[in-house]
Amino acid sequence: MIKKHLRWSWFTLAILLLVVLSAVFSLSMGEASISLRDIIPIIRAKEGMEYFILTQIRIPRIILAIAVGGSLSLSGAILQGIFRNPLVEPYTLGISGGAALGVALTIVMGLHVTIGAYILPVAGFIGAMTTILLVSILGFLRGGTDLNKMLLIGVMISFVASSSMMFLMSVTTAESLHGIVFWIMGSLDEPNKMLVHITLYASIAGLAISYLFARPLNALRLGEIKASYLGINSKTTIRILFLVASLLTGICVSVAGVIGFVGLVIPHLIRLIAGSDYRYMLIGSFLGGGLFLILSDVIARTIISPNELPIGIITGMAGGLLFIIVLSKFRSRREHGV
Amino acid sequence: MVSDYLIIEKLRCGYGNVFNLQAVSITLNKGAFAGIIGPNGSGKTTLFKGISGSLPVKSGAISLNNTNLNNLKPVEKARKVAVVTQYPDAAGIAVEDYVLMGRLPYRETFQFFETQKDHDIAEKYMRLTGIIDHKDKLMTQLSGGEQQLAAIAQALSQEPELLLLDEPTSHLDITHQVQILNLLQHLNQEMNLTVLMIIHDLNLAAEYCDYLIMMDKGSIFTKGTPHEVLNYQNIEQVYKTVVVTQNNPLSGKPAIFLVSDNIMKNQKKHHDAPPPTFDL
Repeated sequence: MIKKHLRWSWFTLAILLLVVLSAVFSLSMGEASISLRDIIPIIRAKEGMEYFILTQIRIPRIILAIAVGGSLSLSGAILQGIFRNPLVEPYTLGISGGAALGVALTIVMGLHVTIGAYILPVAGFIGAMTTILLVSILGFLRGGTDLNKMLLIGVMISFVASSSMMFLMSVTTAESLHGIVFWIMGSLDEPNKMLVHITLYASIAGLAISYLFARPLNALRLGEIKASYLGINSKTTIRILFLVASLLTGICVSVAGVIGFVGLVIPHLIRLIAGSDYRYMLIGSFLGGGLFLILSDVIARTIISPNELPIGIITGMAGGLLFIIVLSKFRSRREHGV
Repeated sequence: MVSDYLIIEKLRCGYGNVFNLQAVSITLNKGAFAGIIGPNGSGKTTLFKGISGSLPVKSGAISLNNTNLNNLKPVEKARKVAVVTQYPDAAGIAVEDYVLMGRLPYRETFQFFETQKDHDIAEKYMRLTGIIDHKDKLMTQLSGGEQQLAAIAQALSQEPELLLLDEPTSHLDITHQVQILNLLQHLNQEMNLTVLMIIHDLNLAAEYCDYLIMMDKGSIFTKGTPHEVLNYQNIEQVYKTVVVTQNNPLSGKPAIFLVSDNIMKNQKKHHDAPPPTFDL
């Protein structure tokens, strides 16, 4: 047992180290290449173009990558746990659809021009919260927690939202269309420092709160009823965790757009490598999601430099390939359990 | 022996208007080894869910050692009552981790890892149930019987006063049926653990339980010792099946024999035939 804990601790430390390394690597990569050796002197000097690039552009981007990647992946791990369904991801419940619809509506009405660009994350957040509210009201109705019903409602809301959005896109101008498409594909480019900080603090708070429920989540692997025989208040646990996961997802989507695949694939990868114990899964997923997004962002920024690819394209392609490789390597060794 | 240790008083619970128990009352002594029997749809599982708490109680009370179980928080209840379900649904969890989950009712809010005591207790019951050699395997790698033993080890790690089991042997071969029931009997006698289980097999019920509750149509048909409950009249009335009962030559407990259609016809012919006449 002690050996197992030790192995897991090493694993966690290893990802943490990778996160740090990839962050440093990401600092040096970009249109203006800054060599690794120069980074510390530049930051010490506190002036010049390169200092500005590092502190105003690249560091906030790395922070946002860690916060968004961590949150989405953590939410995926939590939701896959409470729904006991390996295909659930943060966007399954329609949160991204709601946020996207909110943003599309704002762009079509031209509010981002009249009021200012900061209305976009606000509209996204309102859209996300509306979806969460609908799913929770319908799902938690009459004191029940009918998880399958919630899942179906989320999927349906997602469909309704995406159809409404397509309707908006089909009647709007080419310019608005371009804006909506780019927002949907996601980007870590966020000029508003406050939003970056909010996302970071929210992601850390989400990790801390969900970690308190790591052992109840472990018990929920046996099912809601069996967990309650082990003294877990299944309904309360599921509700709190559902709210944590959806709030985190809502914040991420509003700030960074719909960055797909992180919340589905990273928890699976971590589970395949480290097993399904949530005490390690939660932290592992958080760090793994951050790592994955930092690296995806480096690729998105550099591959067609000086232009930038939407990060969603990279996460989808890289995530899918990575997952197939790891799956074929680990599946035979460790049975895959949720 | 403390009498009236588990008292179930006029318990009613069920599924809306579809199926409801009709005010079931049961009392058990501490250290009882009791079985709930009855045909499919008689309310065994509903009663079980009512006692274990997975169905809300509509009226009535369940008290264990003078504590009303309905008023307890889940954590407090899990320290007194452990439940073993029919199928331990445990995916890819290592056996040791699975058994250790039995210590969950004893954790503190900010306690993320099991204490040494938790490990010692889990190990003790893995030894007792004979699955200690499998502790690093995954639950899915065990046979059905071994999984059931792991589920019992987990339940014992809760250090309960009452052990509830839902048909623990229904899908097992006779080796594992007897192994598990012998283990339960041993626990019942050595640790004075009160055991209440649903059991389908009437012969196993007769052999192992010292008290039987026979359910029919949502209420208790009769209850008592195996000899009082398992006579052919009761069985034929509740199960609508013709049986013959005799005593096990070794244990003296009732044993139930089924009668096939062919034998029934032969018996009838034999019965209806005119008495042989002997003309001398």
